[in-house]
Amino acid sequence: MRALAGDAARRLQSNPGAVCALAAILCMVALALIGPWFSPNGSEALDWSHVASSPALQSAHWFGTDRLGRDLFARTLEGARVSMAVGLVASAVSLGFGIGYGAIAGYIGGRTDQLMMRIIEILSGLPLIFFVIFLTVIFGRSEYLLFLSIGAVGWLTMARIVRGQALSIRHREFIEAAIASGAGTARIIARHVIPNVIGPVIVYATLTVPQIIMFESFLSFLGLGIQEPHASLGTLIAEGAGEMEAAPWILLVPGGFLALLLLSLNLFGDGLRDALDVKEG
Amino acid sequence: MVPALRIEDLSVEFRQRGARICAVRQVSMDVAPGECVGIVGESGSGKTQVFMAAMGLNAAQAALEGRVRFEDADILGASPSELNRVRGSKLTMIFQDPMTSLTPHLKIGVQLAEVLVCHAGKSWSEGRAAARRMLERVRVPDAARRLTQYPHELSGGLRQRVMIGISLMCEPTLVVADEPTTALDVTVQAQIIDLLRSLRAEAGMALVLISHDLAVVAGLADRILVMYAGRIVESSGAGALFARALHPYTAELLSCIPSISGPRLARLPTLTGQPPQPGEAFAGCAFAPRCPRAAARCRTERPLLQDVSGARQVACHFPLSA
Repeated sequence: MRALAGDAARRLQSNPGAVCALAAILCMVALALIGPWFSPNGSEALDWSHVASSPALQSAHWFGTDRLGRDLFARTLEGARVSMAVGLVASAVSLGFGIGYGAIAGYIGGRTDQLMMRIIEILSGLPLIFFVIFLTVIFGRSEYLLFLSIGAVGWLTMARIVRGQALSIRHREFIEAAIASGAGTARIIARHVIPNVIGPVIVYATLTVPQIIMFESFLSFLGLGIQEPHASLGTLIAEGAGEMEAAPWILLVPGGFLALLLLSLNLFGDGLRDALDVKEG
Repeated sequence: MVPALRIEDLSVEFRQRGARICAVRQVSMDVAPGECVGIVGESGSGKTQVFMAAMGLNAAQAALEGRVRFEDADILGASPSELNRVRGSKLTMIFQDPMTSLTPHLKIGVQLAEVLVCHAGKSWSEGRAAARRMLERVRVPDAARRLTQYPHELSGGLRQRVMIGISLMCEPTLVVADEPTTALDVTVQAQIIDLLRSLRAEAGMALVLISHDLAVVAGLADRILVMYAGRIVESSGAGALFARALHPYTAELLSCIPSISGPRLARLPTLTGQPPQPGEAFAGCAFAPRCPRAAARCRTERPLLQDVSGARQVACHFPLSA
């Protein structure tokens, strides 16, 4: 395992795309976390002398301001922080739930598996956007609802992947040896099944984060997600889209940040997949 | 004396899409405490299935009949949690392929210690100390370093030693070794057999050695049971069996062992014909189609396992004379 991780790290290091992507991700995360401390402008402070001003290095607003005079750089960083947090939390939730669900279905198999997979199929058959709109109408808009509705879809694919892996190892000899050593079902799933399916899970998880960021931005763009005065990259892009003829930078700054973030996350995920994609022996 | 393991009239049947496949037919046997019993038979003779049943490990579609008692617990009727108290502590199993029977992501030391932690309620530090002593007992050189290694860093022979160590952690009453040397090189095979012999002398547990290789069983077993097509056809002390087989099948098996000192043969002797198909039904003796001594009676009437001289049993109408 240790050797496997070492090999994977070495393969990852020899992939320039993945290394650049990782560096870019780290930069963006650092910017989003500590950037606001160094920015001269607050994300909610209104600067009436610069309303919808274009980006300029010599002014106080390097990336310009929106139509209320708020500093775009500060707002984009705040939006990025929210988007990343949503992406991470929702991925973690879908990861935990999906792994547990998939491992139980795949290891136990038989009727339990059939029933659990039918439930997944029903859930993934629901038209998601209508589902979210229904929930919003019934419960009112809230950020928890956003987490819930994103989490409700994110775990489905994860559960399928883990279930497939668990099915493929449930009849391996070391599982049989564990049964013969008197390990109960719960112990076998937690100690022998899940750690041995973790490779594909890591890869899928790194590809889930950008998907969820994308989905959150999409919901926020439609006005179903994060609400003013809080910002996410999606709400900033929606705002910018309204002004894109007069002040294109209001769209381009958060849009560019989102595109760069998604590109880096996807590149890194791909690199990780290539690095981990070896036959264990 | 109360036997460590008592199997009575055990039958194992697989039902698949209406077809019924009998893997084990009314097998009875006792394993006394401290005894080493060798189970010999071809692939498909049901030798592994008997002990899968004895450990409650059969596949879900297997239908079991009969009784299996381990010490004073009824194995066939036991719940999973009752089984798990016995399995791995008092009744353990060594598997055929050490390359795939160790969980790949856990260190050797953890896999050894875990048995004690789970079954005997010991702490991890006690478990680790015991794991180290066990590695020394199963003659793994450089035990301290091996504890922190992963299974893939060990050779097949070392891994089988680790498997044997895992099976001995809780001082079991009975160890079932299912073809423990089949996946290993011949020289390593001999080392493992030696190891099993000396461990049995030290620990005094009963050992069931399942093998298709008479030579492996010969050096270790006190008593040998020969299985054919799901039944026991001969039961005998090891010495007596090798001196003089009673069942024609056993005799044929023995004659197939090539001798290093004998005349060099152009072709190695083999048994003619094939063992019966798993689903095949036969009225008489299952070995009759391949048997040189078969008569009309063998094809219509099934021979029962009967006592012969000197605590030997044979299931044959025309046994070779003792």
